[in-house]
Amino acid sequence: MNDTAHIIVDDVTLAYGDFVIQTDLNFSVKRGEIFIIMGGSGCGKSTLLKCLIGLKEPAKGVIRFDDIDYWGSEEDTQLGLKKKFGVLFQSSALWSSYTLAENIALPLRQYTDIPEDEIAEICSYKLALVGLAGFEDYYPSEISGGMKKRAGLARAMAMDPEILFFDEPSAGLDPISAKLLDDLILELRDSLGTTVVIVTHELSSIFNIGDNSVYLDPVTKTQLTVGNPVELRDHSPNFDVRNFLQRGTANRD
Amino acid sequence: MWVVFQEAGAEALPIVSLISFLIGMIFAFVGVMQLKNFGAGIYTADLVAVAMVREMAPIMTAIIMAGRTGASYAAQIGTMKVNEELDALTTLGIDPIDFLALPRVIALIIMMPLLTMYGSLLGILGGMVVGVSMLDVTVVQYIAQTERAVGLNALFGGLFKSLVYGSLVAVAGCLQGINCGNNAMAVGQATTKAVVMGIVMIVVSAAVLTVIYINLGI
Repeated sequence: MNDTAHIIVDDVTLAYGDFVIQTDLNFSVKRGEIFIIMGGSGCGKSTLLKCLIGLKEPAKGVIRFDDIDYWGSEEDTQLGLKKKFGVLFQSSALWSSYTLAENIALPLRQYTDIPEDEIAEICSYKLALVGLAGFEDYYPSEISGGMKKRAGLARAMAMDPEILFFDEPSAGLDPISAKLLDDLILELRDSLGTTVVIVTHELSSIFNIGDNSVYLDPVTKTQLTVGNPVELRDHSPNFDVRNFLQRGTANRD
Repeated sequence: MWVVFQEAGAEALPIVSLISFLIGMIFAFVGVMQLKNFGAGIYTADLVAVAMVREMAPIMTAIIMAGRTGASYAAQIGTMKVNEELDALTTLGIDPIDFLALPRVIALIIMMPLLTMYGSLLGILGGMVVGVSMLDVTVVQYIAQTERAVGLNALFGGLFKSLVYGSLVAVAGCLQGINCGNNAMAVGQATTKAVVMGIVMIVVSAAVLTVIYINLGI
């Protein structure tokens, strides 16, 4: 992990029309860091993620990737940035009419000139990385929820992205699978230097792998703090943050 | 892509056959009942052929496709929207309209004239069954009369209409799918809207095209 800011969120407001979700969001994600976006239910974590991955423009503010203002750029520049993202949606969002291999192949066919036989090899490799070797020809409806998540991750990694975004990756996973996913994320960061942004409220993952985090509050509709999750749990001056991280058992002092 | 074509074309053949054949028979029946009184029963062949080729085959085929394929497009794309599959495409920089809607529109534009021609033939066949059995004419006479009645104007005019209707049905289906809400009920509503919108657009464009044809002398 180096000290360069990979993503900068600068004075961002999130809203649906006149209905404001969050204001005054200011934080940065370093290159190679595992960054957690957390907060109570309905605080706008997923909305923030949508802004970061190019699905929803913020009502106000700037989102920068390596100093490039995403929402202020031309479509070509935005496309260039999008190609560096890999996204794992909460429901995995695999294309249901395609097999797992075809799901991974789609971005490769769309954006590269790699020949078909090599694409097939890459798909098999990515599926093997997430423990789904041999499932290339299965359809999403034929596999379990946990397997869909892993397949979704394999697809997110298809183009070897610089930034991986996860929306509640351990939702619906058993504890062992959640731990395996944590290990995989750590490995990706350690071996490839991938920057990882995770929306989650799975506390064990937050403490196991989070380097830095931001806490969004649904009541005040703004961020309460930024920092390393373990330090925040033990030393944050903000009661709500400590209470969240201590699973509701914090003392008010 | 071939799956899209198959869905838009080949799988619609049975229903198009049935409905076109029956409509041809109905027209022939109506024609025979009226024209026989004037000793002009043989012109039933003209009636059926011109009605089918110019208007009925294009419109009926299009309405069938609106209910069948337009609804299917809306449901497929709407369900993809609910499952965040469209978002997954967008984050990859792939425009859902280019990727999903365009192939479907092209498929219907190509398939509709083919299905319409097929429907016209079956309508004429249905008319022939009624005509030959209710009048004192042979199959050969009926076919010869049909050939005299249908000119190239009628043929290409009808096929152009089917092309327009096909694109409208596909656009209606894909548009409602892409604008679908986020739950199961929304998919149902999108499907309904796709069919209604498709049918309304077909009928409106039928009227407009008829006026244009009259003015152009087609």
